[in-house]
Amino acid sequence: MTTPDAAISVRDLRKSYGTFTALDGVSFDIAHGETFALLGPNGAGKSTTIEILEGYRDRTSGDARVLGVDPGRGGLDWKARLGIVLQSTGESGAVTVREQLSHFAGFYPHPRDVEEVIAAVGLEAKATTLIRKLSGGQRRRVDVALGIIGNPALLFLDEPTTGFDPESRRQFWQLIRSLKSEGTTILLTTHYLDEAANLGDRAGIIAGGRLIDIGTVDEIGGADARVPLVRWVDEGVQREERTASPSTLVARLVGENGGRELVGLEVVRPSLEDVYLGLVAAYETTGDGGLETHAAKTSEGEAAR
Amino acid sequence: MTTTTIPRLPAGRTIRLGGSRIVTEVRAYFRQGDSVFFTFLFPLVFLTIFSTAFGDQTFGSDATGAELSAAAYYLPGMLAAGLLLSGLQNLAIDIATERSDGTLKRLGGTPLPVISYFIGKIGQVLLTGAAQAALLLLVARVAFGVALPTDGEKWLTFAWVFLLGVTTCAVLGIALSRVPRSGKSATAVIIPITLVLQFISGVYLPFSQLPDWLQNFASLFPLKWLSQGMRAVFLPEGFAVAEPDGVWNLAGVALATAVWLVVGVVFCRLTFRWIRKDS
Repeated sequence: MTTPDAAISVRDLRKSYGTFTALDGVSFDIAHGETFALLGPNGAGKSTTIEILEGYRDRTSGDARVLGVDPGRGGLDWKARLGIVLQSTGESGAVTVREQLSHFAGFYPHPRDVEEVIAAVGLEAKATTLIRKLSGGQRRRVDVALGIIGNPALLFLDEPTTGFDPESRRQFWQLIRSLKSEGTTILLTTHYLDEAANLGDRAGIIAGGRLIDIGTVDEIGGADARVPLVRWVDEGVQREERTASPSTLVARLVGENGGRELVGLEVVRPSLEDVYLGLVAAYETTGDGGLETHAAKTSEGEAAR
Repeated sequence: MTTTTIPRLPAGRTIRLGGSRIVTEVRAYFRQGDSVFFTFLFPLVFLTIFSTAFGDQTFGSDATGAELSAAAYYLPGMLAAGLLLSGLQNLAIDIATERSDGTLKRLGGTPLPVISYFIGKIGQVLLTGAAQAALLLLVARVAFGVALPTDGEKWLTFAWVFLLGVTTCAVLGIALSRVPRSGKSATAVIIPITLVLQFISGVYLPFSQLPDWLQNFASLFPLKWLSQGMRAVFLPEGFAVAEPDGVWNLAGVALATAVWLVVGVVFCRLTFRWIRKDS
């Protein structure tokens, strides 16, 4: 059963193309107002999942509810509550930024102010430029602007910052934070793990069409995956050791070294990226994340397997 | 949360958004250099070439014995070709391109009604087609001295042949946009179809000079009938004898075009999707 009061609720979602299984029993919930980051390698099933939820693809089996509606049967009323930023677009772009945004604003019952949205994505100077004359990163900002112009309750962002320079990404993050603070629910896919860590309340990791882990950004992967790593160089050899008490280890090493400074000392707390890479690598060697305890509670997909 | 908590959109927005689409479509049309040349100006270019190249030749004479110029002779065919280009060729290529470049996918993710999208396309065709016809008539009259009809009834015939023809061609263009497999191949797939139709339907070559079997084949398609309708408006009455039945047969023009219109509308209604869901 899907969760009735969730913004998005997915149970045992499966999708096959002929003999190829793109999604193999994925289940998760996203609460209203939450920002959820869906992570995973290319071809893992992220885009298939998000496109089923946007109503672009039919599922093979399983259940899905988006704002309480089956996305395979969502009507225009339902679409009016969504904002969709697709992965990539190559439209002819024979309209200006402002023309395009004003036009799309008209589709929605309660759109945002066009000039405010142009300012929010930092395109004030390009408002009267034809979209086809913009750079790749600027066009991507138009995509984002079109996604939020309708003042959506739920925003889908499929790799939104691809092609952004670091400064634009920070600006974009600020924009997403302000949408969050207004209560917008956000489903984000990204390859930038720092982006997921900065924006996401929770994250899910998909590999091989399965959700191999899900949890808050601070907890995903479990406590073991976050044990700090101490690195140093001992007689020209790079050494590393994982320990929950790095200070004690460093003190001991210094003692053993006769009180002298250690060469190349580093104490690293694994980032989301390290945790993610560890989980995906573990999945690829064993065919399983081995972290069922952290997976979605209602694992009908797991049971069926 | 249940479906009932999703607010209903206000009624009447389909027409309003259709109007908004027309503005956007027409604006984009005139900003694309290739559509302006190959669709909008093409019949005008051919009228100019034929009128100049065959300037010394005579194409028969009217009841008073006045000789018909090349421009006067080719004008109806070019007007009919304009309907085919502005409607069918333009929309088939345009929509195939929009399907492959992501425009339709983006629109499909918004609350834009499909009907509003169609209103936009057909409105774009009507407006650009009317401007094209007006430009052809103006150039024919001013540059080549073609005498245009003074009889109100002829203009009435022109009005319905134009409206029925341009709408039918627009709908068939929407239907044909399914054929090209990609936006890049759209031009290569669609232009040969429209070019062959123009050659066998009495646009470039006099219809009466084609063999019977080719005339019969061409009669299956709407362009032959639209050319005939335009000839009925702009050629002298006596020229009707050159038609297959020796008369203009406007009832046939209306019927054949209307059948294609209905077939096209039904086909579009049944097959149009924003995206191929499982591509």
